[in-house]
Amino acid sequence: MNKDIFMEKGFKVILKSAGIVILMIPALLLVTLVVQSAPAVKAYGAGFIFRQTWDPVREIYGALPFLAGTLVTSFLALLIAFPFSFAVALILSEYMKEGVIATILKSAVELLAGIPSVIYGFWGLLVLVPLIRKLELAAGIPPYGVSILSASLILAIMIIPYASTMAREVMSMISGDIKEAAYSLGGTHWEVLRKVVIPTSYSGIFAGVLLALGRALGETMAVTMVIGNTNKLFTNIFEPGNTMASVIANEFTEAVSDLYLSSLIELGLLLFIVTAIINFIGRLIIKRFEIKGAGK
Amino acid sequence: MLKKITAITVMLIAVTGMLFANGSKETPAKEASSKKVSELLGAGATFPYPFYSKMFDAYYNKTGVKVNYQAIGSGGGIKQLLSKTVDFGGTDAFMKDADLAKADGEILHIPTCMGAVTITYNLKGVPALKFTPDVIAGIFLGDIVKWNDTKIQKVNSGVSLPDEKIVVAHRSDGSGTTAIFSDYLSKVSSDWKNKVGAGKSLNWPVGLGGKGNPGVAGIVKQTPGAIGYVELIYALQNNMPVGKVQNRSGNFITPSIEGVSLAANVDLPADTRISITDTPAAKGYPISGFTWMIFYKEQNYGGRSLDRVKELLKLLWYAEHEGQQYAEPLHYAPLPAAAVKKAEVIINSVTFNGEPVEFDK
Repeated sequence: MNKDIFMEKGFKVILKSAGIVILMIPALLLVTLVVQSAPAVKAYGAGFIFRQTWDPVREIYGALPFLAGTLVTSFLALLIAFPFSFAVALILSEYMKEGVIATILKSAVELLAGIPSVIYGFWGLLVLVPLIRKLELAAGIPPYGVSILSASLILAIMIIPYASTMAREVMSMISGDIKEAAYSLGGTHWEVLRKVVIPTSYSGIFAGVLLALGRALGETMAVTMVIGNTNKLFTNIFEPGNTMASVIANEFTEAVSDLYLSSLIELGLLLFIVTAIINFIGRLIIKRFEIKGAGK
Repeated sequence: MLKKITAITVMLIAVTGMLFANGSKETPAKEASSKKVSELLGAGATFPYPFYSKMFDAYYNKTGVKVNYQAIGSGGGIKQLLSKTVDFGGTDAFMKDADLAKADGEILHIPTCMGAVTITYNLKGVPALKFTPDVIAGIFLGDIVKWNDTKIQKVNSGVSLPDEKIVVAHRSDGSGTTAIFSDYLSKVSSDWKNKVGAGKSLNWPVGLGGKGNPGVAGIVKQTPGAIGYVELIYALQNNMPVGKVQNRSGNFITPSIEGVSLAANVDLPADTRISITDTPAAKGYPISGFTWMIFYKEQNYGGRSLDRVKELLKLLWYAEHEGQQYAEPLHYAPLPAAAVKKAEVIINSVTFNGEPVEFDK
C-alpha cells in the first residue's frame, strides 16, 4: 500500500465526513423541531401562525404577535444600522485605509461584535430605555421606555459590525486596476465610488446585510430585556411587544403541559423557517448581483 | 531497532497489566465504599434555591452527603422526576391530578417552606398604600387606570394620590410567583377568573413583562406610576415599598414572614396539595404559598439501592425539621407545625418494594 495514496484518500475521507456532519446538524435540528412541534401543529394547524392570542391558561396559542415582533425589530434594526455600517465600510476601505484612527475605528467596530448580548441588554435597560422614556414623556406617549423601537435600536448597534465588516472586506478586495482605469478616464473619487466600487461590491454588501439580519432574527437576551415582553400584537413601534426567540427563552423552563411546550417548539420551528426563507431569498439576490457583475 | 521497540512494548504491557492487577485487588474495598451513597440529585423550582443551597450545604457538613440541586424551574423539576433522572423534584405549584395521573407511580408532595407575593409600586411621597382584592384585580385587569381612581382613594383615605397613569408590570417568564398571584386573584375576583385565570404564564390584559423578580422590580423602579408584584424575599432584601393587602377577615396585612406562616396555619389536606392564597386565618397574609419537594412513593425503581432511598428520606426529614432554621434568615417563611406533622406522615409512607422504609431520623 502506497503511503502517499493512503494519506491522500484518508484526508479526503476526513474532509468529506466533516462536511457531512455539518450538513447533518441543521437537518437533525429541523427533524427535532418538526417532531416535537407535531402535537401543536395537529391541534392548531395554520391558525397557529395567524392567531393573535397567546394564552397558556386556556391553551390557546397564536404566533402572530411574536412573528411580527421578530420581523419588525429585525428589519427596523437593519434599516437603522445599514447607513452606519455602509459608511464605516466605505471609510475604512476607501478613505482611511491605514493610520491610527482607522485602526481604532476598525477595532471599535469589531469590538461591538464581541460584546456579549446581555451587556447590550443591561446598557439598553439602564441607559437607552430611560432616554426613550424621556422622549416619550415629552411627546405625550405612554412612558413605557421598553418598546419595539428600543429593541430595534439595541439590535441595530449589535449588527453594525456584521454588516460593515463583510462590506469592507469586499470593497478592499476590488483590484486596483479597475479603479485606476476609472480614474484614468477622468473619474473623480466620488464617481469611482458610485460607479465602480459600490456596484462591484453589491454581493458583499448584501451578504453582510444577510449575516446581520440573521443575527437580529435570533437575538434573545438583549431583546427580551428592552422589548417589554407583552404577548400582544403592537400597533406602533412605541408599544411593547415580544419576539419568537424572546418568548421561547422566557417561557420554556416553566412550560409543563405538553401542548404548551409543543407550541413553544413550533415557535422555534417557525423562527427556523423564517430564517431559512430570508437566507434563501438573500442567496438568490446575491447570485443575481454576481451574474450581473460578471456580465459587465 | 525493531527488537528494541518490541521489548519496550512488552514491558509496557507487563507494567499496565500489573497496575490493572493491583487495581482489581482493590475493587472489593472500593465497592464497599461506593455503596455509601454520597450524592443525591434534585432539580426544580428556582424560588427556594437560596434556601435549599444553604440547607443542603449544612446537611453536607453534617452528614457528608452532597445534594446536587439544579434550579431549572418547576416545570423542569417535574419533568426530570417523571423521567426518573432525579431523586426528588422541587416545584412551586403542586401537580394537578391530571399531571399526577401521567406519572409512572404515585408521586408525593411535602412542603418545605413558604413564600409570598407582594405588591410594589412607584409613587413619589406616598406612604404604604392599602389594597383590597377588588383594587388589585381592577388594576391588573386594566379596569383601574389612574392612581387617583375613587376605588383606590376610598381605601386610602387621607392619602393624596396623584392623577397619574398606572403602568402595570408583570413577569415575562413562567413563574411560581405568577402562579400564586393569579391563583389569589382567581379566588377573589370572578372577573379575573373568567378573563385571565391562574397559571405560571398568563395572557395579561395589560402591562409590561420583566424577566424574573429583578426584571419586574426594574420596571417598577424606573417607571413613574408603575405597579408590579415581586416575591416577598426580593422585596424585603431590596427595601422596596410594599402595599398592605386586605385578607378574607377584612384585616389589612403588611407582608411579613410571620404573616405568611400564619396564613398556612389552616386545615391542610393529608397530601399537603393546597393553595393557601386568600387564607381564612385572621392575621394571615393572603397572597402566600408553599413550595414543595416531590418524589415517588414507591422508591424501588430504576435500580435504586435501599441505601439511596434511606439517604433520600433522611434528607427529606432533615428539610422538615433541622433544615427549617435556615429559612427565616433568608427571608423565607418556615413551615407551621401543622404542615410539618403532615409531611412526617407522608415521608413515613414511602415504601421500598411495598415495604415501609426504616431510616435514621
